[in-house]
Amino acid sequence: MSEAVSDPQAAKPPSDAWRAVRRLLREPLGVLGLTLVLLMVGGAIFADLLTSWDPTRINPRDRFLGPGAEHLLGTDQLGRDLFARVLHGGRVALSVALIATGISLVIGIMLGLIAGYGPRWLDNLMILLFDSVKSFPTVMLALALVTLFGPSLTSVVIVVVLVTVPGYARIIRTQTIALKNSEYVTAARSMGASPARILRVHILPNVIGPLVILASMDIPVVIGIEAGMSFLGLGVRPPTPSWGSILNDGFTSIRDTPWIAVAGGIPIILVTLGFTFLGETLRDVFDPRLKAR
Amino acid sequence: MLAYFVKRLGLAVIIVSVAMLMLFCMIYAIPGDPAAVALGPRATDAMREALRIKMGLDQPIWVQFWNFFTGAWTGDLGREVLSDRPVLGVVLEQLPFTLALIAGGIIWSVALGIPLGCFAAIRRGSLADRIVGILSVAVIAVPSFVIAIYALLIFAVQLRWLPAIGAGEPGDLGDQLFHLILPSLAVGLGWVGYIARMVRASMLEVLEASHIRTARAFGLPDRQITYRYALTIAVLPTVTLLGVGIGQMLSSAVFAEIVFARPGVGKLVYDAILTRNFPLVTGTVLVTTVLFVMLNLVADLIVGALDPRVRSSF
Amino acid sequence: MTVLSISNLNVVFSTEDGPLHALKDVSFDVPANRIVGIVGESGCGKSTLINAILGLLADNGHIDGGAIRFEGDTDLTTLGPDAMRDLRGPRIATVFQDPMGALNPVLSVGAQMVNIQYRSGRSKAEKRARAVEMLEQVRIPDAAAAIKRYPHEFSGGMKQRIAIAMALMMEPALLIADEPTTALDATLEVATIEMLKDLQQKIGCSILFISHHLGVIAELCDDVVVMYAGEVVERGTTRAIFNDPRHPYTARLLECDPARQTERTRNLPTIPGEIPDLRARPPGCIFANRCHRREDVCARPPPDIQIGGGHAARCHLADMPEMEVAP
Repeated sequence: MSEAVSDPQAAKPPSDAWRAVRRLLREPLGVLGLTLVLLMVGGAIFADLLTSWDPTRINPRDRFLGPGAEHLLGTDQLGRDLFARVLHGGRVALSVALIATGISLVIGIMLGLIAGYGPRWLDNLMILLFDSVKSFPTVMLALALVTLFGPSLTSVVIVVVLVTVPGYARIIRTQTIALKNSEYVTAARSMGASPARILRVHILPNVIGPLVILASMDIPVVIGIEAGMSFLGLGVRPPTPSWGSILNDGFTSIRDTPWIAVAGGIPIILVTLGFTFLGETLRDVFDPRLKAR
Repeated sequence: MLAYFVKRLGLAVIIVSVAMLMLFCMIYAIPGDPAAVALGPRATDAMREALRIKMGLDQPIWVQFWNFFTGAWTGDLGREVLSDRPVLGVVLEQLPFTLALIAGGIIWSVALGIPLGCFAAIRRGSLADRIVGILSVAVIAVPSFVIAIYALLIFAVQLRWLPAIGAGEPGDLGDQLFHLILPSLAVGLGWVGYIARMVRASMLEVLEASHIRTARAFGLPDRQITYRYALTIAVLPTVTLLGVGIGQMLSSAVFAEIVFARPGVGKLVYDAILTRNFPLVTGTVLVTTVLFVMLNLVADLIVGALDPRVRSSF
Repeated sequence: MTVLSISNLNVVFSTEDGPLHALKDVSFDVPANRIVGIVGESGCGKSTLINAILGLLADNGHIDGGAIRFEGDTDLTTLGPDAMRDLRGPRIATVFQDPMGALNPVLSVGAQMVNIQYRSGRSKAEKRARAVEMLEQVRIPDAAAAIKRYPHEFSGGMKQRIAIAMALMMEPALLIADEPTTALDATLEVATIEMLKDLQQKIGCSILFISHHLGVIAELCDDVVVMYAGEVVERGTTRAIFNDPRHPYTARLLECDPARQTERTRNLPTIPGEIPDLRARPPGCIFANRCHRREDVCARPPPDIQIGGGHAARCHLADMPEMEVAP
């Protein structure tokens, strides 16, 4: 049944999408962003093919080796190959970004729809809650939560969700309120459509597009949160490689072996720049109205 | 104006109260007995029980919340575990260092961001405009702690131009400012991008306004039109932006304090977590949150004071 | 003596879809001490004309032939930006349409009025006194206190009077008034027009008055220039234009004026059709596609036919007055 519904929709967008892709490829910044993203995503996916080193294997004899043919980016204080750690760290960063953003979107959409479509008092209450959560500075929120849950990837995901959900929910809420009073929703309601059906059929498809673009633009922020918490030792636990923890290793010995910090920082810079350049260009190509944000 | 102020203040009080409630729920949910955690494994049951009563943990939850809530509003954030000093005193002792860092970040971001944004708007569409645009996006995107570490690596470790560690000699203002340069740049660099973009956008909007056309039609010099007639309006949203930005700068300041081994609330709360000094953690989070909400309020009021249109509409 | 003499002015904008001919062979004079009105629908090139005179065309627009002579021989089209800027304000002043947005919102009225006197060589106190004097002339109550206030503290009509005071403060030779009364209600409009007329006589300047309101034009102006799609289709004295229109567009425009309706009708008459695409101007008469008197000859470019007494119309049929069509 779902195929029958999605087919006619699928038949139309490709031309639009194709046009957008072609416009994206005309923008030098978009191409740069896309290249960086593909490079980093490819490196994470094919990490095992690109290097034969085990990112967690400790080699006490090869400690603090500088970059060279054997170890492209050198080794860290435990003799682990930094190139392998960077590639595998990419897996952690990208999967956290995808999972956390996905969860945030689902929760944000649900809360936004409830706030926008629900009774006035519920709306006000939720806005107050969103504002209160946002009133914590991000790092303070993260630190407070880590005291509660302990350092782990789960804590990272929870922090990301708490930081991003209020924003998504607000957008969905605003759009829902605007649509709620539109003529076709009023018409649907007068013909006896249930609130759930109105939300699903009439409101959700209209609000989800811009939201996904905005969420994809938050990916660098999410990667930054993961790396930052791991840098503080509050995110990914050792020995799992993460760009943040590599950076922390490098920071500890920054005077003597600066290449470790360089190895940890470069991928963070490249991936955040890549996603940001790509996101900015996509937004301009797809929906110039969002620029106002 | 007064009515507006009272309304904004009321909202701020409500938000802080809700934040306190959330924080309390979180403390309550921390696994394990805080008294046991505080005393360590070698304490006797009697000692734990005494501390539980002293900390009010034997009371029902709503009494505990009420005590926490009224205590927090009257400045009693409890005592920290290690030295048994009042938490508020410890936090306030460290706060000036963090505020100096944020102030430095604001100075960097305004001093670089406004001229860059204005320049880009005047040279709209030029190569220079595009370069400023890309640089702005880039400094916004890269996390501040990466900027902090690279700044440390380049300017302090490799080039040795600026000091790497600490806040400078107490009492020596010059030395303290010297130590502030690099960390505050790391805090403010991302905001250079935000401000440059915003000033550019609002400058372009203002330059299209009909009063600028009037000014041109009266033959005023371009410099006067740009700086006195347009820029004064275009920078107004910067204040609101900074009000929001201070929260993020606070986050960046935590990292900068750790990277540059500076005293401050960030270092304080980080060390408190590592030593499981929970009252200190919650106290610091609460103080910084109140500070954040207050600064937002102040930013709004400053906008009101700067813009004659807003000033008299209250 | 003419204050402003425009001859064969052409303005072209480069757009993504090719050049846009916004003004084509525009010619007319503004004699000293006279008020010349420009009428035309929106999009007829009135704003482009003002910007061309002021040297404030957008970056993608340029003057493509013709001359704008000001006070004798100075051709504004060849003047450098600095020389042009020295004329704007002291010699050519402008009042724009939108009284709400025409004044800078964050500077006090006094500061703005003092600023525009920056070339006068007066002392600050003198500039201030001059500003107060001008505000009194436009009947702003308590002018001495008013200069300390900000634009948003005044009503729309007061703001427009302040704008007029600013424009006439330097006693210019030419005042360009771009629909200065459109945003005001009818009572204010009459008062503003009368004030403008008084001040014009006192100062002895010429006014180029742009409006789509035929009643105001008839009331205020000595001469009228009718513009359509970037061309001057007819020009002459107000009496000649209103009593003896020779271009079919002028005739239809007058017919469509609500103030001239003799019968009560449900719908106001309008001219059917639209302004042609200015990126592809027709080779012949620009109005031909909407004209009820179109003939074969109209496919060729029409000449400016002189009727006499400065009255001219750009129409092949200008010499043949329109016959009353039997109902």
